[in-house]
Amino acid sequence: MKSNTMILHTAALLIMPLQLMFSIFLLLRGHDEPGGGFIGGLVAAGAFVLYAFAFGAEATRRILRVGPRDLLGAGLLLGLASTLPALFSGQPMLTAHWWDLPLPGGDYLKLSTPLIFDIGVYLAVLGTITSFVIGLMEAEE
Amino acid sequence: MLLAVLSGFLLAIVVPLLHRVAGKYIGWLLALLPAGLAVYFSTFLSQVQDGPLLLEYQWLPGLGISLNFLVDGLSLTFALLISGIGTFILIYAGSYLAGHKYLARFFVIMLSFMASMLGLVLSDNLITLFVFWELTSITSYMLIGFNHEDLEARKCALQGLFVTVAGGLALMAGLIMLAIMTGSYSLSAILASSDPIHQHVFYTGAVLCLLAGAFTKSAQVPFHFWLPNAMAAPTPVSAFLHSATMVKAGIYLMARLNPTLGEGELWTMMLMGFGAVTMLTGAWFAFSSTGIKKVLAYSTVMALGTLTMLIGVGTELAMTAFICFLVAHSLYKGALFMLAGALDHETGTKDITRMGGLRKSMPVTATIAVFAALSLAGLPPLFGFIAKELMLESLLEAPLWSSLLVIATVASAMLIVGVAGLVAIKPFFGAPGDTPKAPHEAPLGMLVGPAILTIIALAFGLMPFIPENALLQAAVASVYGAPVDFNLALWHGINKPLLLSALSLIVGFLLFRAWPRIQPTLHALNYAGSRVGPEAGYFKFMEWITVVASWQTRMLQNGVLGLYMLVLLAVTFGLAGYTMFSHYGVHFTLNLADSHFYEWGIALLLVASAVFASSTHSRLGSVASMGVLGFGVALTFILFSAPDLGITQLLVETLTVILLVLVLFKLPEFVNLSTPFQRYRDLAVAIFSGVTITLIMLAVLDIQYFETISTYYVENSAALAYGRNIVNVILVDFRALDTLGEIFVLSLAAMGVLSMLKLKAEDQHKP
Repeated sequence: MKSNTMILHTAALLIMPLQLMFSIFLLLRGHDEPGGGFIGGLVAAGAFVLYAFAFGAEATRRILRVGPRDLLGAGLLLGLASTLPALFSGQPMLTAHWWDLPLPGGDYLKLSTPLIFDIGVYLAVLGTITSFVIGLMEAEE
Repeated sequence: MLLAVLSGFLLAIVVPLLHRVAGKYIGWLLALLPAGLAVYFSTFLSQVQDGPLLLEYQWLPGLGISLNFLVDGLSLTFALLISGIGTFILIYAGSYLAGHKYLARFFVIMLSFMASMLGLVLSDNLITLFVFWELTSITSYMLIGFNHEDLEARKCALQGLFVTVAGGLALMAGLIMLAIMTGSYSLSAILASSDPIHQHVFYTGAVLCLLAGAFTKSAQVPFHFWLPNAMAAPTPVSAFLHSATMVKAGIYLMARLNPTLGEGELWTMMLMGFGAVTMLTGAWFAFSSTGIKKVLAYSTVMALGTLTMLIGVGTELAMTAFICFLVAHSLYKGALFMLAGALDHETGTKDITRMGGLRKSMPVTATIAVFAALSLAGLPPLFGFIAKELMLESLLEAPLWSSLLVIATVASAMLIVGVAGLVAIKPFFGAPGDTPKAPHEAPLGMLVGPAILTIIALAFGLMPFIPENALLQAAVASVYGAPVDFNLALWHGINKPLLLSALSLIVGFLLFRAWPRIQPTLHALNYAGSRVGPEAGYFKFMEWITVVASWQTRMLQNGVLGLYMLVLLAVTFGLAGYTMFSHYGVHFTLNLADSHFYEWGIALLLVASAVFASSTHSRLGSVASMGVLGFGVALTFILFSAPDLGITQLLVETLTVILLVLVLFKLPEFVNLSTPFQRYRDLAVAIFSGVTITLIMLAVLDIQYFETISTYYVENSAALAYGRNIVNVILVDFRALDTLGEIFVLSLAAMGVLSMLKLKAEDQHKP
């Protein structure tokens, strides 16, 4: 399934990068403001779904570069990886670890295992929805 | 220790990368890990002499699950066998599977398998032990079915998985009962407590469940059939599976729990009975098969039976014999399997009847095979001889069924001597056979392992005090439950065990000479027997399961989605409503005074869209109005200051509508197929569900059973988790375990949908 309307093509090309950037913005601000991995993943999935409507499943696979299943795998692996620091420092599983990296200008970059975990959620959600949509579109062909 | 156990998993992750760098030396490179682990484990040798060692690591303290490791003589023996033999297996596999297109994948599974096995034997916590136990089942499934394009391999892998996982379920029940009886999930605490538990109500159930797990894993009759079929795996896997891992897991568990459960009669009798029968069955089938891997596989069944029987006997001497035979068997079986693989690799056949005179073209293989087979047959000066002497001696002094067990053991020893001849004499001596490939010596990587293992067996035989002082004393102490004093030696003078040994040797040799003549008869006999044997039972059972499954699928999952919904809603709200009315009754306070006009607006919108969705005749209209309904709910969330929920609801609604529209094209014309009765029935259930959930929601507002937990989150979100967005902090920190489970469920659902779509697409492509 692929649409041939000019409006959708142009709109998809314009909106998709914005939507993806917004999804990452949502993901990163999630710990303090509304947002997070789940919402970010949904927004990113929306971007790819829009693209799929405009250009078809095949093109969406190309722009994703990796298969939706790999996204799922990567998401789950990141989720598990975020449990490792606690494991090796002898704390209960999923105890959060925080690292503050100093940035030039006196600011700090807050990195943490919950962030890794949230990225895992993001990827798993993105993988799930893109695999549904791409799978359905391919089944139709 | 934690890193040591998990290192196999960690290395497995980077194997594909390493494979690109190391190329054909990948086997040698990866073997460094188990070699290093073996060195690391041997640093514990002196410490376990003074008793068990408990290394503590946290995992899920909230659930009472730890990653504590129990290092004592028994677990250390196993850990050393696994890592030591694992080293040679990896070198061997690199050579045996050189150039295989899935070589990297093979090593990924192999390393995970090894790590799971290490975790199993070292775990102190029963739950952790169970987790590793299941991991070995799953990884061995993938290894047995490694040649996944071969239907036979897939079938055998599935058979192994079904049998061991079914046992695993029983094991879990058994472990839980054990924990209830002893009051602890920690093995070290269970072993240290001296309360007699064999009179507890759960004792019988626990023993039966635990043994169901151990017997299936360790291929005891009547579950023995999966093990020879597991030969479908590449040879390195068989060698590892049979010598040090997988099938020894059940043996490990029985040996581990023997000090606790061994006092009961049920335990003793089950182990001796099943062990002896398994021993005889294994020896019989080993002698009557022709494929070299099958012969070795059945001789493993024999060994597993023997080990089980020895645990059952349970005297000091029997436990000493158990440990010695365990080590001896691992050494010679690992070596023999690797040599069998080399023979298969270099001659192109597994059939012993076609091999002969190979000592000229494969002199090194022949030499090692002869020495390893000496240990199998239990001849001096190999370590196998010491084990066999001890075994006969302990059986002669067994408190129960002594003469029966001795007769069974001598009979099986005779057959096994014949088997040793089959693997060491038949292929290498006599007239040259007709092999499909012109035989030549196996490469270095395939000989290193068997050579070193056989040299160790020889050294242990000549100098038995070395392993005895280093480890075996401690190992026997941990399976017997008290320190045991013994002295291993090759020569005990002329006594009953030696005479029995000699008898078995003579008869065994005669059997071997007669083999070419009697083998076809034996084979025909086995074939006739296989129609009523346990494997036939397994296939009957699987057929029956399929029949039941298709019947219940027709009944419950008939494909009418409306009916699914009807049943789900009626049951859920029927039960929930019943509970509420019977326990609480209907009373609530409804206060509409402080509601705003826009809230009324949203409520009206919700009701209107619901009514429209269920009454319209246009499918698209129905989908759209469901969307409106969802957006209305999102609006409510936002009004009541839950922006995260609101955003999520909006996005999910949008995507749901998109997915529905995608499917909509595929659906047939919208027609009304229901009879009026069905429609009124559906309406009734819908109204009932709606009313019930509304009443429940209203009631919830009034009831306060617990103090709300949200105040805790509000207070601690920023302080403990450095986050101001409470919803997100709950998701990724406070309740991260739940979220982890959820993303796994999500991914599984996605995989399920994908495979269903794929199946459907493939069906349509078929003519």
